Amino acid sequence: MVHIDVQNAWVEFPIFDAKTRSLKKTVIGLGKAGGKIGTDQRVPVIEALRDITLSLRHGDRLALVGHNGAGKSTLLRLLSGIYEPTRGRARIGGRVAPIFDLAVGMDPEITGYENIIIRGLFLGMTRRQMLARTDEIAEFSELGNYLSMPLRTYSVGMRIRLALGVVTSIDPEILLLDEGIGAVDAAFMVKARDRLHDLVRRSGILVFASHSDEFLRQLCDTAVWLDHGQVREQGPLREVLTSYKGFDPFVGWDGDRDDKRQNDREAVSP
Amino acid sequence: MSTLSADAYVDAPSRSWARAFADLSSGWRHRELWGHLGWQDIKQRYRRSVLGPIWITISMAVTAVALGLLYSQLFGQPLGFFLPYVTVGFIVWGFIQKCIDDGAEVFISNEGLIRHLPAPISVHVYRLVWRNILFFAHNLIVYFVMLAIFYSDRFHVGWSSLLAVPAFALLVVNGMWVGLLMGIVATRFRDIPPVAESVVQLMFFMTPIVWVYDDLLNSPRVPPGARLVEFNPFLHFVEIIRRPMLGQSFVAHYWVVAIAITVAGWLVTLLFLRNYRSRVSYWV
Repeated sequence: MVHIDVQNAWVEFPIFDAKTRSLKKTVIGLGKAGGKIGTDQRVPVIEALRDITLSLRHGDRLALVGHNGAGKSTLLRLLSGIYEPTRGRARIGGRVAPIFDLAVGMDPEITGYENIIIRGLFLGMTRRQMLARTDEIAEFSELGNYLSMPLRTYSVGMRIRLALGVVTSIDPEILLLDEGIGAVDAAFMVKARDRLHDLVRRSGILVFASHSDEFLRQLCDTAVWLDHGQVREQGPLREVLTSYKGFDPFVGWDGDRDDKRQNDREAVSP
Repeated sequence: MSTLSADAYVDAPSRSWARAFADLSSGWRHRELWGHLGWQDIKQRYRRSVLGPIWITISMAVTAVALGLLYSQLFGQPLGFFLPYVTVGFIVWGFIQKCIDDGAEVFISNEGLIRHLPAPISVHVYRLVWRNILFFAHNLIVYFVMLAIFYSDRFHVGWSSLLAVPAFALLVVNGMWVGLLMGIVATRFRDIPPVAESVVQLMFFMTPIVWVYDDLLNSPRVPPGARLVEFNPFLHFVEIIRRPMLGQSFVAHYWVVAIAITVAGWLVTLLFLRNYRSRVSYWV
């Protein structure tokens, strides 16, 4: 069974290259941006995440909101298993597919096809399994003949199409998306959204960090508001966004999601 | 179907033997990944060049022949023995040097991958060792050409030459722990890579590659400190591989020392892997 259980987890980064002495004060809050910096140790430590408790189950579509440096990307990395908590514990059960930085794990000098294979291998697939999926990925990403071109000829949006094509083709159980995917055009976003919805319904959990109300609304139903590395509020997306922003961002939008989706379809079809 | 993260998921604390061994075994299961990346590393280096990876072979041949010619004249050694001797020494040394130098950079240079894709850290070390095995294989061509040209009493092969295979395997097993240990320590202490590089360079001169240790021992006036070079761990690995490849006699104590180093090295490395494996993604 797919599950994410995070209990009182902390992520603390030691900063080895900072001048220890200059930071030897009490705890300094770095204004609005960034986590807190604890300085009682010899090496300064940035408390990127503090005392996070989170439990996700099959079908959960969680949005992460918060200002820059609030810990959204760090939390995604905690959920992917890249960072193991320095205190507390994180249990992640399920096949994880992260899309964080699109340049990583992609070689600009080799073709889109080869990059599909490599990215798949990174996500735990075999070469044969990926070869069987290339047609499907080519069709979904609409990249056509570009797939035989070196990746350096791709635009950002095209790379995202490729990355989304790969992760959605391999049936991941836990899909972690960082804000970067906003660079695709609206028509493709609708297509991607439907596919992601299917994916979550079928098999798993989606966690999406973004500043775009539009994307969050399309992909998520619950939300966590992170502030200085702590969970400030957790609950239904609209409520959390309302207290995060100080107003209801969805006022005036069509309340019903399916209607909204219908509108999108009409808007993009010529 | 297996995945990196699901395999790596062992319900044990971050600092535990279970997680350390899970990292190694999960990394091994992803050999298709690092196998591919290792090849990619080599192809990438010679992209758009006409001869491609053959350049590895050519540059080794040039170095070995040039230095072989030079030192055979300086030391008054027969070329037919000394050229293959230098060649094999260089090939083995190249592997050792790259495992250590690349090992110190293995996590630092893969920072992006480590921070963006969940994977056992051993994947990067397997990739490094595999890449260096491929380099070794390319360089071996020079050895076989020499064998065809200089086959003689002092340079011949027989059944006992097959001992070179387990000897190289032992070196590969050592390459693994060296890569892991150097990688972990150097990621935390960034002064290690340049230090390692200069130490390794220095060790080259203390390893019998362009000079012959047997001759030193057999000469009428053995320098009193000559035996000290046996404290050089690299000497033993070079000897266990080179001796069978040149058709020289079997010397047991080189094997004993090499195996002892392997065991000790792995014990220390496993301890480091247990304690600091989960810190690597924080340190890179």
